[in-house]
Amino acid sequence: MHPVSFNRCDAMISPELMEQVVVNILRTAVTSLPSDILSALEKAEDLETSEIAKTQLRAILLNVKCAEETSIPMCQDTGTPLFFVSGRCDGDIEKAIRRGVERATREIPLRPNIVHPLTRKNSGNNLGVGMPHVHFSPGPEDFVEITVMPKGAGSENMSALRMLSPSEGLRSVKSFVLDVVVNAGGRPCPPTIVGVGIGGSADIAMSLAKRALLRPLDVVNPDSELGELEEELLDAVNQTGIGPMGLGGRTTCLGVKVDLAHCHTASLPVAVNLQCWAARRASARLFRDGRVTYSKEGFALD
Amino acid sequence: MRTPLSEKEVRSLKAGQVVHLDGLVYTGRDEVHVRALEKHDKGEGLPVDLRGAALYHCGPIVKDDDGGWTLVAAGPTTSARMNALEPRFIEAFGIRAIIGKGGMSQPTIDAMRKFGCVYLAITGGAAVLAAKGVKKVVGVEWLDLGMPEALWIFEAENLGPLIVGIDADGDSLFKKVDDEVRKNLTQVRKRLGVE
Repeated sequence: MHPVSFNRCDAMISPELMEQVVVNILRTAVTSLPSDILSALEKAEDLETSEIAKTQLRAILLNVKCAEETSIPMCQDTGTPLFFVSGRCDGDIEKAIRRGVERATREIPLRPNIVHPLTRKNSGNNLGVGMPHVHFSPGPEDFVEITVMPKGAGSENMSALRMLSPSEGLRSVKSFVLDVVVNAGGRPCPPTIVGVGIGGSADIAMSLAKRALLRPLDVVNPDSELGELEEELLDAVNQTGIGPMGLGGRTTCLGVKVDLAHCHTASLPVAVNLQCWAARRASARLFRDGRVTYSKEGFALD
Repeated sequence: MRTPLSEKEVRSLKAGQVVHLDGLVYTGRDEVHVRALEKHDKGEGLPVDLRGAALYHCGPIVKDDDGGWTLVAAGPTTSARMNALEPRFIEAFGIRAIIGKGGMSQPTIDAMRKFGCVYLAITGGAAVLAAKGVKKVVGVEWLDLGMPEALWIFEAENLGPLIVGIDADGDSLFKKVDDEVRKNLTQVRKRLGVE
């Protein structure tokens, strides 16, 4: 990681502002759903014919409405705090994010989820070694963009990676994705979003799969081959009948998002990262003059 | 239904039925299962009496307001994580209902049939709705396990809708869906060209 430093004259983005923005986007993310997710859930409720499936989706929709009206987290699992920072990255961003997460945990409040992996001791403030995690993608923009993805563990626990043989090709990629979704059943809180990362290396594939989950549902991969694969996999997964909460139905999945990276000639890594229906995300852009703009839809792919 | 539940009461429930719950409900997920069974093995008692109780697979968000706890959000966690410990838990403590999401595996279903216990499915992620079904937080034990893993005692009032996902005859909605999915898979694989 090579953070690009601000020039001294750029020091308009104060650590306090950055911290406040982190609290703001966390609050937005955990208390309201982006419109693409909400409308997909509404469509699903319409599409289902089984009474049990409809009951699950109605409960989800009513819950989302109540959460937004009362500014209460829609799910008690307010997730692992994952951040994606791009543009004019500065090394101090990480510190501001840590302070923001600690404050948000108290003020919103978030559930303190972060524990030592072996002793299981809970830090009580969602901070720990390597947590919150920040992905940096420095760029030439005149702003810094911060996106938060509070990632629930129920869906994250169903993630899987397979290092396929290159000779097995696309066929085995499709088969693997289907297997992961079927094996997960009702556990990841379907209807889910399925993030798929193909290529790179073991870690890159999973990172691609996770980042793909940030792409709005209505944005198909511009690579037509991948776009078709997304559609084909979505159709297949929804034919399984797993349904909302694994209680049967037509909507197992709201969207499949695939991204790829080129890889070693001897490798074909494939990663699947599942996202529960509470596909929470929110972003902000901080400009050098102190302006801040917010979006929970993700800034258009401009 | 009101807790504590009798064996006769839970044995009369059938998979697919919708119920609501009143009375005390105890949260317990991974760490509560581990600690409770450790104590049981050593012959030590628990701080709460779980006979006839409803165990909720839930790690809530609870606010510490001076002098009392306020429940913020309380949806279910994935029950399958408790698969390995649940049969012993049911036998040791005599719980009559498990509230959770995603269903549980055959050894747990067998224990439910043997000892008289049902699995009640509540919508995953619908944490604000679930909290509306809790009148108050009565108390907490083992808070050293952290907020999500502690044993919280809730007083439920019309908690639900809860779908009887697995009944005490061993009938499981999840298993039915699973069988259906296995059947559908042949066709799905064919369409995807991966049979």
